[in-house]
Amino acid sequence: MMRFLLLFSRQGKLRLQKWFTPMSEREKKKIIRDMTTMVLARQPRSCNFLHWKDLKIIYKRYASLYFCLAIENQENELIALEVIHRYVELLDKYFGNVCELDIIFNFEKAYFILDEFLMGGEIQETSKQMVNRSIEASDMLQETMEEYMSKPAF
Amino acid sequence: MALKIVKGSIDRMFDKNLQDLVRGIRNHKEDEAKYISTCIDEIKQELKQDNIAVKANAVCKLTYLQMLGYDVSWAAFNIVEVMSSSKFTYKRIGYLAASQCFHESTDVIMLTTNQIRKDLSSPNQYDTGVALTGLSCFVTPDLARDLANDIMTLMSHTKPYIRKKAVLIMYKVFLKYPESLRPAFPRLKEKLEDPDPGVQSAAVNVICELARRNPKNYLSLAPLFFKLMTSSTNNWVLIKIIKLFGALTPLEPRLGKKLIEPLTNLIHRIMSADRSVYIPFLVARVRTKGESMSVLKYVKAMFVFVVKYLGLLAMSKILKTHPKSVQSHKDLILQCLDDKDESIRLRALDLLYGMVSKKNLMEIVKKLMLHVDKAEGTTYRDELLTKIIDICSQSNYQYITNFEWYISILVELTRLEGTRHGHLIASQMLDVAIRVKAIRVFAVAQMATLLDNAHLLTGNVQRKGICEVLYAAAWICGEFSEHLDNPTQTLEAMLRPKVATLPGHIQAVYVQNAAKLFATVLKSQEGNTDSTAAQETSQLMIDRLPLFVQSANLEVQERASCILQLVKYIQKLQQKDVEIAEEVIALFAGELNPVAPKAQKKVPVPEGLDLDAWINEPPSESESEDEQPRAIFAKEEPKHSRPRHTEVDEKELAKRREARKQEQANNPFYIKSSPSSQKVYQEAPGVEHIPVVQIDLSVPLKVPGLPMSDQYVKLEEERRQKDRADKKKKEKKKRKEKRSGRGKRHDSGPESEEDITPAHMVDIVTEEMPEVPSRISNTISPSTLWVFDDKKSSKHKKKKQKKEKEEKEKKKKKKHHHHHHHSDGGGEESVQNGTVEEEEPLPVSRDGPDQVNDIQGNLQDGSQVVVSVIFENKCDSFLKSMEFNVLDSLNSKLQRPEGSGPHDGLTVPFQLPPGQSNVCLFVIHYLLFVVVFPQNEDSSTHEKLDFKLHFTCTSYLISTPCYSDAFAKLLESGDLKCSSVKLEGVVMPFHHLLARICFRHHFSVVERIDSCASMYSRSIQDHHVCLLVKTSGQTVSIDAKCDEPTLLGNVLDEIKQTFSQC
Repeated sequence: MMRFLLLFSRQGKLRLQKWFTPMSEREKKKIIRDMTTMVLARQPRSCNFLHWKDLKIIYKRYASLYFCLAIENQENELIALEVIHRYVELLDKYFGNVCELDIIFNFEKAYFILDEFLMGGEIQETSKQMVNRSIEASDMLQETMEEYMSKPAF
Repeated sequence: MALKIVKGSIDRMFDKNLQDLVRGIRNHKEDEAKYISTCIDEIKQELKQDNIAVKANAVCKLTYLQMLGYDVSWAAFNIVEVMSSSKFTYKRIGYLAASQCFHESTDVIMLTTNQIRKDLSSPNQYDTGVALTGLSCFVTPDLARDLANDIMTLMSHTKPYIRKKAVLIMYKVFLKYPESLRPAFPRLKEKLEDPDPGVQSAAVNVICELARRNPKNYLSLAPLFFKLMTSSTNNWVLIKIIKLFGALTPLEPRLGKKLIEPLTNLIHRIMSADRSVYIPFLVARVRTKGESMSVLKYVKAMFVFVVKYLGLLAMSKILKTHPKSVQSHKDLILQCLDDKDESIRLRALDLLYGMVSKKNLMEIVKKLMLHVDKAEGTTYRDELLTKIIDICSQSNYQYITNFEWYISILVELTRLEGTRHGHLIASQMLDVAIRVKAIRVFAVAQMATLLDNAHLLTGNVQRKGICEVLYAAAWICGEFSEHLDNPTQTLEAMLRPKVATLPGHIQAVYVQNAAKLFATVLKSQEGNTDSTAAQETSQLMIDRLPLFVQSANLEVQERASCILQLVKYIQKLQQKDVEIAEEVIALFAGELNPVAPKAQKKVPVPEGLDLDAWINEPPSESESEDEQPRAIFAKEEPKHSRPRHTEVDEKELAKRREARKQEQANNPFYIKSSPSSQKVYQEAPGVEHIPVVQIDLSVPLKVPGLPMSDQYVKLEEERRQKDRADKKKKEKKKRKEKRSGRGKRHDSGPESEEDITPAHMVDIVTEEMPEVPSRISNTISPSTLWVFDDKKSSKHKKKKQKKEKEEKEKKKKKKHHHHHHHSDGGGEESVQNGTVEEEEPLPVSRDGPDQVNDIQGNLQDGSQVVVSVIFENKCDSFLKSMEFNVLDSLNSKLQRPEGSGPHDGLTVPFQLPPGQSNVCLFVIHYLLFVVVFPQNEDSSTHEKLDFKLHFTCTSYLISTPCYSDAFAKLLESGDLKCSSVKLEGVVMPFHHLLARICFRHHFSVVERIDSCASMYSRSIQDHHVCLLVKTSGQTVSIDAKCDEPTLLGNVLDEIKQTFSQC
């Protein structure tokens, strides 16, 4: 089972956080701090896996953004790496050549995509097509915030 | 109205949306906190508005702020509001916010139950989906319980989109509400064969997670998974399945063999495809011989792919099963130590541990030492250090061929800067120096240098950890001072003023060992004609020791002042030219031997010493001796059980042990917590666990401790062989016995877990046959104890005849005798007690054996009663092969030896010549009915004797002495129900009356004043019964108190009955 997924920039700014097990704010903050310092301290071209407490931390850097996924000890590191990559692919497909700013300004979309891909710490859908299809369908249902801004209030 | 609308629209025009917020934060890099606090104020305003769109916007912004680390828990209720919006747009935002912000202690979660339920059953699949996703993040035990059913229904939803989400969330529900697993599991299993691959993989995921926690329960799914593995093309699913098999194969070895072929196929398929690496790694976990060989090929290939980490990990998995195959890759692994990535280096270190052999140990350690020098970062260096020591010391220095080398390695390690593991090195030095005698000369020399250069170790503040080594050095130099080249110099080094800066415990060792050294020095110097040298040495001690006497550490102070006085005295004697060295040396004479922590185990228990037996009777029992018939039983019991003592099974033993421990724990005079060597004796099966020091050396070394443990090994082996032989014999015997259909043990049978309150057990009615559940009736009628119902007994006989058929195979026939006696008093001579109440007309013959019984609660086990049955042969033929049987009822069960069926009888372990009697004890759980068939072989007749045991409720009372103050407290406590009875026309003297109550009903007298007495007893289930007996003339009044009203009534009825008969 995956425990959490964090996205942060090279400066250590958090861009996205997903906790698959409920945790208190304080714990979250501590973990985020540990993760950013630990991962950012790594040399380039070193391996993507770390041990942290009883978890394995799998991280990968895409451009200026670090994707950091924590899995339980018996889990497979390579699947985790593949999960990260698949998520990046999904983001890329949705935003079209995704960059950090896309995720910053549309962070809720990034969450929605993640929710279609992973759920409760498990992989929910392995097919990219299926994920895209359901995202599109729910987007159809959702009016954008811009629309609501131009609509009368009643 | 219109104005309000316009105003609302204009307000919204000025509202920030998420993009504005993000942009704003980026533009206010300097005063971000200030900017955000104004934003939060705005958001608070927005949340106060009625418009849900505005609220949703605010919540969305809050979610972003939450990510930045701001506390938004105050808006939890607003989040719930947005969640419950009917519009998907807002609902989605609400659920997102909830999944980010809520956790178990968020109190508004309980408000969401109904909303979530509504969303789960929404016709729009995306509504349901969003609710499920949100729920997966913040599900609580309450939510799980309330929604489990709804989610279960969703598992068979028409849309696969919902099905897969429902299946996945089920795992979370199981975690929070485990009861839901059982009803949901069949459906979950169904989903493994769902037509939709997404649902299928979800189900595989969930079951894999579950199986990881408890693989045994999922073995039955193996065939299904096997099918999935061979048919599925989804690599993600495949990996999960292989992982699952990894958990299952240790439980079912056949599975491993079966997996080899499909797995190798998979490897080939995937190796050629693009995703080239991960399957081999996984396969390594399914540990079977065939694969690991082929896996290794791929692992090697992985190094080319620069996936070193995984390669190393895979190797360490293989190493566990096939160390040889990995050893050939030593160079590769040593190369990894040079890797700049710490993760990889640590993995490689792990691997090295398993790879060393006698041949390559020195080489590997040398390499590691090089790394220690090069390594930067203390954590890694510490890791290296511990690894070096681990590698060398593993399995009792198995791989070390030259200990001089090892000592020098240890000494080299002390030069390491800033390590925390000084203690570890010290313990290694001590261990080696003590256990390897031949090395001592070398070790002592090295340690002396170390002591001489102590300033190198202590000089630096950073080196605090390493000065632990001096502890070992000082001790070794002191203890083995006879090997020192220049003891005087070392003594001097030990008494340097600088030593006072060391930690207290090290100083203490210094002082003590300085004394040892002093003794050695004296010895060497006294041989000379010139006595001044010796006196100088004493003077040195006297000069330096006061420094330690002033130490802040108490231990140092004590030792120093003690030794100082000693030296002063020695000096005095020296001045009188007395030769004193021998006596001083005698202070420290004798060798200190290492003792393995488990060595006590190996001391054989002397013959005739039974550690389980009581030396004295336990106090609670012994005190009731004077008037208690039970005391006889206590004496009686061992007589029967002793010959079979070895047969007492583990369970029984454990129980006894537990009881004894309890007893000891409660006994203030008992010295606690010495490990029971008896226990050890019982479970000492493995010779291989004996801490034998096996050191392989080119020079034959004598290792202290070895001869001793060698002896232990021999002794142990002899003992075990004997045991084995004994066991074999016994087994043979047992088998024979089984063949003849008779169990022998009667005190170690299976025990019933039945736990019925005494109110029930005493209500057993004797008129009832065992077929009838005995709880029904409540009457107790000792006077009708032996009423015999011919009809019923004939029914019985029929039953017996069935058994006879089996018995006939053993060439025996039966004739049936019936004879019944019952005694309520009991004891060995219960017949003499005049307590045989009534005799049963014997339907078959009058000259059958006679049996009398006494029923007694078992002290050790509240659920048992012991019945002693006296068999008396009244006929003139020899009785052999008697069996004793009870038809078990709902409430009672005869305790039989393990392995015998519920209808097998117990063999009575003696034969009865005519006119004799003997006693036999049977342990019975709430026995109801007993059948004995004595078999008379002379006349080749078999006879059955039916009898009934009446279990009066006072048979369950255990007379327990009670002090009057405790008694008073008990009465005052007010927990007891009261009842009383009056007996008229009792003519016996008061003390007779009391004795009778004590005897018949197992009470003990607490206090007696004139014609008034208080009595106490307790039931085997610990109900207190108190009596106040008063007499005036011929009237006796008994007031009784008990915390169990039913028991109370029955006890009084019984007492009444006892006296109505006289």
